[in-house]
Amino acid sequence: MTTYFNYPPPELQEELKRIANAIVAPGKGILAADESTATIGKRFADISTENTEDNRRKYRQLLFTTDDAVSNNISGVILFHETLYQKADDGTPFVELLKKKNIIPGIKVDKGVVPLFGSEGEGTTQGLDDLDKRCAQYKKDGCDFAKWRCVLKIGKNTPSYQAILENANVLARYASICQANGLVPIVEPEVLPDGDHDLDRAQKVTETVLAAVYKALNDHHVYLEGTLLKPNMVTAGQSCATKFSPEDVAKATVTALQRTVPAAVPGVTFLSGGQTEEEATVHLNAINAFPGKKPWALTFSFGRALQASVLRAWKGKDETVKAGQDELLKRAKANGLASVGKYQAGSIQSVAAKKSNFIQAHSY
Amino acid sequence: MTTYFNYPPPELQEELKRIANAIVAPGKGILAADESTATIGKRFADISTENTEDNRRKYRQLLFTTDDAVSNNISGVILFHETLYQKADDGTPFVELLKKKNIIPGIKVDKGVVPLFGSEGEGTTQGLDDLDKRCAQYKKDGCDFAKWRCVLKIGKNTPSYQAILENANVLARYASICQANGLVPIVEPEVLPDGDHDLDRAQKVTETVLAAVYKALNDHHVYLEGTLLKPNMVTAGQSCATKFSPEDVAKATVTALQRTVPAAVPGVTFLSGGQTEEEATVHLNAINAFPGKKPWALTFSFGRALQASVLRAWKGKDETVKAGQDELLKRAKYSLAHST
Repeated sequence: MTTYFNYPPPELQEELKRIANAIVAPGKGILAADESTATIGKRFADISTENTEDNRRKYRQLLFTTDDAVSNNISGVILFHETLYQKADDGTPFVELLKKKNIIPGIKVDKGVVPLFGSEGEGTTQGLDDLDKRCAQYKKDGCDFAKWRCVLKIGKNTPSYQAILENANVLARYASICQANGLVPIVEPEVLPDGDHDLDRAQKVTETVLAAVYKALNDHHVYLEGTLLKPNMVTAGQSCATKFSPEDVAKATVTALQRTVPAAVPGVTFLSGGQTEEEATVHLNAINAFPGKKPWALTFSFGRALQASVLRAWKGKDETVKAGQDELLKRAKANGLASVGKYQAGSIQSVAAKKSNFIQAHSY
Repeated sequence: MTTYFNYPPPELQEELKRIANAIVAPGKGILAADESTATIGKRFADISTENTEDNRRKYRQLLFTTDDAVSNNISGVILFHETLYQKADDGTPFVELLKKKNIIPGIKVDKGVVPLFGSEGEGTTQGLDDLDKRCAQYKKDGCDFAKWRCVLKIGKNTPSYQAILENANVLARYASICQANGLVPIVEPEVLPDGDHDLDRAQKVTETVLAAVYKALNDHHVYLEGTLLKPNMVTAGQSCATKFSPEDVAKATVTALQRTVPAAVPGVTFLSGGQTEEEATVHLNAINAFPGKKPWALTFSFGRALQASVLRAWKGKDETVKAGQDELLKRAKYSLAHST
């Protein structure tokens, strides 16, 4: 561990810090709309909609032309590469639409999970090649943050030392390259909910993974004040026989974070994983309500948990765009309330609030 | 990194947490009175006092029979092995004196620094042999916390990977063994102030060292809520040409901690190192005044910075015991004049 290195120049520190803090401003969180072409195809299939480029454009247009009130609760949107360069019907680039709404554009920059040879079905995430150039271009094209998802799976012998170390390291390399280009890196070390393990095991795995991630970030001299963490909430496995309350989940989650996430990190933007819209919101609320030291914002970066009802209401038709947008406003508001611990369970009725979003061994 | 391990049993978690929180209760800190026989000898030499067992006993008696008001600011005392088993003139064991004052007894358990072969003058700390047995005994004999000091030095090529890794690991082993025996481990990875490096270098070294320490504690499944950290404040080297203000020191110190010390740690009890009593207190106050996230108590575990005036006023004479005790009361009171 060398002790000779450079902190980022002061102006870069200020910029990264400013962006990160804006993303986790009180009552706000992220809409994760960065589904790859294949993945959005699966969502469209569920609502009998064809996976064409124009449908993908129309769907994201629905999201980004929602009433301005949506930006009371949405601070940023994570985009897929294709979406970054698409335009609304009237020719306005999506990036401009978002900026006019004071919503910060972000970009998914990883290139998916690849197997770790020799491991028991584990993987790492690729995408470092030319990442520096790509980040520079994304910054020029209007993005201020990036996201990279790593995946770890709880099994009898997993996650292994190999997987934990490798994923932590690749996240740190990604984060370092982002910061070099003025992009705030969202660091996502997702521990999947697949399995029948209990809450205790999930907590231990999450603690171990997060400790490794922050050691790697330190080794790579990543400026923590200009990063965000996108972890899983600590929940029991999806097929665990025991059910745990939102308070159990909140305690396990906050404790895990207290033990591993330095206070310098401005905020934690939870992923929703396979949870239903309502579950994710209720859990986020319980997390914020949990008594104890929480020196970071605790908010959301939801994909499925913000869009399930939207898709269900829209069904791919122009006439139901407004219905879809209303669902987005509703869930954005619900999660905005949850991010400050003020959400009442069930108080916001959504079309698909209780529908499970669990997809086995999810990749997107 | 295995993910199969056991958290301590709930009752042990509660006990360790209770002790740690009591040590860093608002307005309170630790009196580090664990000078080894050789080291206290140096202090005695400065005041022309002979280094006899009875003088050592008399000196610690001075400290522990100070007016009860001292426990408004002193939550715990770190003792040297010999002192733990000494008694006051009237036969009261020191441990009892302290407990009556509601001051928690702690014990230094390391056995000093030894060289790391191949390194450029670096060392690690020994003392793990039979530590489990020793901790069990110390707990029986009235101690509730322990302390172990590791030392790292800033030089052209130091601290090295070897030194950082080894010291972090030995601190984690020590901490683990303490907790197994109901003792709260104070983890002390001291980065020495020796040298002419500036504040920036000191901060980088401290951040790197602390990150390694907390990774090691995690690897060894140490229950953070039942530990305390005793770090150096981040200051420029003693022979650095540039002088830095207390606010500079506060900013560098708090930033380093924010980047490395998990919120689960209840408190940080700073060592005073080579600072004067006044410097240490001013710095500690600036640290507490510094705006920003500080999710741990920030207090003191001072040796020299609490005792320099005590020794000077006492001079080894019975007639000046009260004068010495008054100095202790003063220094203890002002160490945390500004709390968060």
